[in-house]
Amino acid sequence: MAPILRSTPLVALLVLQISLLFFASTLPISSGSEDSYTITGRVRIPAIILAGTAIGHAAKFSNIKVVLNGGQNISFLRPDGYFTFHKVPAGTHLIEVYALGFFFSPVRVDVSARHHGKVQATLTETRRSLTELVLEPLRADQYYELREPFNVMAILKSPMGLMVGFMVVVVFLMPKLMENIDPEEMKRTQEELRNQGVPSLSSLLPASR
Amino acid sequence: MAMALRLYLLLIVFLSSAIVSFSLYEDQVGLMDWHQRYIGKVKHAVFHTQKTGRKRVIVSTEENVVASLDLRHGEIFWRHVLGTKDAIDGVDIALGKYVITLSSEGSMLRAWNLPDGQLVWETSLHSAQHSKSLLSVPVNLKFDKDYPILVFGGGYLHAVSPIDGEVLWKKDFTAEGFEVKRVLQPLESSIVYVLGFLHSSEAVFYQIDSKSGEVVAEKSKAFPGGFSGEISSVSNDKVVVLDSTRSILVTISFVDGEISFQKTLISSLVEDSGEAEILSPLLSNMLAVKVNKRTIFVRVGDQGKLEAVDSLSDETAMSDSLPVADDQVAFASVHHEGSKIHLTVKLVDDLDTVLLRESIQMDQHRGRVDRVFINNYIKTDRSNGFRALIVMEDHSLLLLQQGAIVWSREEGLASVTDVTTAELPVEKDGVSVAKVEHTLVDWLKGHILKLKGSLLLASPEDVVAIQEMRMKSSGRSKLTRDHNGFRKLFIALTRAGKLFALHTGDGRIVWSTLLNSPACARPSGISLYQWQVPHHHAMDENPSVLVVGRCGSDSSSPGVLSFVDVYTGKEISSSDIGHSVVQVMPLPLFTDSMEQRLHLIADTDGHVHLYPKTPEALGIFQREFQNVYWYNVEGDDGIIRGHGMKSSCAGETADEYYFTTRELWTVVFPSESEKIISTLTRKPNEVVHTQAKVSTDQDVLYKYVSRNLLFVATVSPKGAGEIGSVTPEESALVVYLIDTVTGRILHHLSHQGCQGPVHAVFSENWVVYHYFNLRAHKYEVTVVEIYDQSRAENKNVWKLVLGKHNLTAPISSYSRPEMFTKSQSYFFPQSVKTIAVTSTAKGITSKQLLIGTIGDQILALDKRFVDPRRTLNPSQAEKEEGIIPLTDSLPIIPQSYITHSLKVEGLRGIVTAPAKLESTTHVFAYGVDLFYTRLAPSKTYDSLTDDFSYALLLITIVALVAAIYITWALSEKKELSEKWR
Repeated sequence: MAPILRSTPLVALLVLQISLLFFASTLPISSGSEDSYTITGRVRIPAIILAGTAIGHAAKFSNIKVVLNGGQNISFLRPDGYFTFHKVPAGTHLIEVYALGFFFSPVRVDVSARHHGKVQATLTETRRSLTELVLEPLRADQYYELREPFNVMAILKSPMGLMVGFMVVVVFLMPKLMENIDPEEMKRTQEELRNQGVPSLSSLLPASR
Repeated sequence: MAMALRLYLLLIVFLSSAIVSFSLYEDQVGLMDWHQRYIGKVKHAVFHTQKTGRKRVIVSTEENVVASLDLRHGEIFWRHVLGTKDAIDGVDIALGKYVITLSSEGSMLRAWNLPDGQLVWETSLHSAQHSKSLLSVPVNLKFDKDYPILVFGGGYLHAVSPIDGEVLWKKDFTAEGFEVKRVLQPLESSIVYVLGFLHSSEAVFYQIDSKSGEVVAEKSKAFPGGFSGEISSVSNDKVVVLDSTRSILVTISFVDGEISFQKTLISSLVEDSGEAEILSPLLSNMLAVKVNKRTIFVRVGDQGKLEAVDSLSDETAMSDSLPVADDQVAFASVHHEGSKIHLTVKLVDDLDTVLLRESIQMDQHRGRVDRVFINNYIKTDRSNGFRALIVMEDHSLLLLQQGAIVWSREEGLASVTDVTTAELPVEKDGVSVAKVEHTLVDWLKGHILKLKGSLLLASPEDVVAIQEMRMKSSGRSKLTRDHNGFRKLFIALTRAGKLFALHTGDGRIVWSTLLNSPACARPSGISLYQWQVPHHHAMDENPSVLVVGRCGSDSSSPGVLSFVDVYTGKEISSSDIGHSVVQVMPLPLFTDSMEQRLHLIADTDGHVHLYPKTPEALGIFQREFQNVYWYNVEGDDGIIRGHGMKSSCAGETADEYYFTTRELWTVVFPSESEKIISTLTRKPNEVVHTQAKVSTDQDVLYKYVSRNLLFVATVSPKGAGEIGSVTPEESALVVYLIDTVTGRILHHLSHQGCQGPVHAVFSENWVVYHYFNLRAHKYEVTVVEIYDQSRAENKNVWKLVLGKHNLTAPISSYSRPEMFTKSQSYFFPQSVKTIAVTSTAKGITSKQLLIGTIGDQILALDKRFVDPRRTLNPSQAEKEEGIIPLTDSLPIIPQSYITHSLKVEGLRGIVTAPAKLESTTHVFAYGVDLFYTRLAPSKTYDSLTDDFSYALLLITIVALVAAIYITWALSEKKELSEKWR
């Protein structure tokens, strides 16, 4: 009796598994109509980020696109910033927002079949999960280098500035340095050098003899 | 001195190790780059000219673009590029302020604000099956809000409120075999008429209340002959349809809800009978029927009686009818006569009354007129004036008004299929094109202005002057070759079979030509090849390109070759080759005495044909006969086959340029686990500067550089779909490197839990590919670098000295290569549409990846970011070499977007070409838009930049000279005073 009793849950499990298998195989077929859900979200650009941008017109919602799964679907924003993807099957999806002048993190969106299309969203860049699908840019993008304002240091640092600086040093500071050296000491060192026989340029030239 | 030297060296090291990203100042926009905006071939056009103010036309195109164009100049007010699967079925204006678009087979209805293109509302409509979709927007001039927009699509009829997009009611027509053909909503009536066919043999007619959606009346009547589907609605209570034999016109009238048929034999209307076809233009009380290449106008009388009233030649395009004043209806027709087109506007009721007849000189390179849209306006003398928007065969869009072309748009450029580059002619001696533009003072003034600009001291007027000067300067749009190779032509082939030559300087069209073929009227273009590039011999010849086309859309249809002179744009010759074209293979390094490149064309039977068909080419080819290999990829079956040449078919046929091949190897991927999604080879014309790579510890790595490597990516069949359709456990991505001579798999790498789409780029000895990682739910980029192991022993200097190295040993593809690979993966935070790599003249300059993102921007990413030698903590030596510390994801630096604040809408491809100057490369991106820029991946180290300030140099020199004089004077003075002492 006992073995039979023990086997009943096993059978039940088997039945369950078979039925699951059956369901699994039928799911893709029926997903056309019943298992499609709607994802609704919102794009918001906070004033702090907006203030830092030079591109004011980019903030207009008419130039923003929301892309599902790398181009499977493209949606546009309504004036209030809302967007909708229709007929999305249950599963894990990727939503990206493209707006000139802003960088948005892609969003991992899990559409649950069990909870009738309940949506769970996580930013893939920061791994932050969102309680509601409100997408905000991570940063504002500046596409141009900024010209640095007129700066004396910048000119001095440029190759030509360095050249001028070097000349100035040679012209004004070298005589000062030479003055500080005692003329007699100078002569002595010169003689020492000559005695050591360092082949100086003058000694090599026959005319100097 | 040593200190200075050290400092200098340090500076050099610092400069070379700094990551040079592409960066641009805002005032440099447009100096090197240009951007052109297009919309594509227009499908529908709706004029909006009622109100005073801006006159505009709303168009939808085959590139899934909805746009608002300025009717005066043809500029784009706004446009939206919908997704690739979101084809637009219909467009109209509702309430006088919204543009309504129906897309995705009638399941997506959107309303855009007319002035600025802002999305107002969006409604997804229920659809159960595939069907043609119909959009019916009430044409109420009084802005009566009671009338709904009626949409039929996917088996359902929806009534949608034009104000907020709310679905008012829907009616299920999904019953088997039922097809809705017409939805009519008469003015001032609350009844909607729906006419459809059941099993193509029974006409069913519904009357539906437009407020509630209830069926008021339903009538059906069987027609024994059966209908053929095409239908023309001539008035509010009559439609005309062809029967299944296409020889009888059936008038279906449904006056007072009663259906009655009336048959008319076409042979009774016109003498020459044959298969008839109802043309699409909607004319009131009339229809256009095409019989035996003639267009016949058939008037429908009150009792449904048909009579032929006029006939026109085949080359005629017609517009829909348009109500003009006093209950009259007019339509336009356009036909060709030589180089002129004739636009005629006639009244529908009275074809003898010609309202307008204009003849316009038309460029021969535009082909025939494809579509006509007309619009009327009231002239000052109260008569009717007409403007016509015409779409030509080359997809260009023109507005005709008062006998002239007001504006034209080259919309063919929105569907570029292939691009190649060409040189401009050399500047002839004695003929100086450059004009003496400046005196010295002007020159100096200009430079001082530039200096002011670069020091930010310039006033706004100065800035404008500087910008103007820059745009005009350096003769960048001249039609001759320049020393640096900055001026070039990009030759673009479009889907319409038109060839355009675009100048790199300013993007203007230098010439354009529509391909012709003796075999068929309009061949479709497939690909472009450089045919003749004279640089050693045959210098008198102009360079030319080979355009491979096809008569028809099927791959087995016969091919057409066309040779086009690059300098003039004239078609030198065009030949119908009589066999199909599956694959075109330019043979590397093989050119004949005329510098024509040898090409092999494979047909569907697996034979190859040699071009050019000259005995000389045959001689060259026969010498190398044994060394020619080719491969083909059968993506659906998962098979890659390698072929070698077998024999000439000269014995069997008279054609001695025709060869059979033998199969050498096959690589079969198991269809149940792997599906080929991407294959890629190196660019055949790529230049590699050095084979060796010296690392910091004086170690040498030899790159495995082979032209015969094929990169193949496969995924599990389940993972071939979209992201979200598969779980990580079900999908795996495998990449292979295959030698195409021997079929040997040199390397393979598998990524579990990953899927496509794979976008890859192959250059020198490395492959970089982009794919989706399902586990991390992020995109990834992997780099694989291939090194030659067999030469690794050559590092020893003594071996080199004693000659015991194997550097001179012949490299054969038959020998088993000893190679090893290094690879590394990184996350990448964006979807990618295409990847390319920069190419320079000698291959010395470091490379940048050009990543076309899904946001239609192009990001330049230094190759050093995708280097498998990156480690978390690089040593000092490695840092000096330029190895970047490893990060888990690739950085996106906004300044390195080469498209800066522009978008290349609908981006499809990026083409790079080297300039003569080693540091510089041309980049051309195409999609719906075109974009060109010049890049210097390691900055322009071999030339001064445009904004080099000569003025500062001059000022410095002057200052130095002045300083010398002053100090000289000072020292003289000092000496003198010392002598006095």
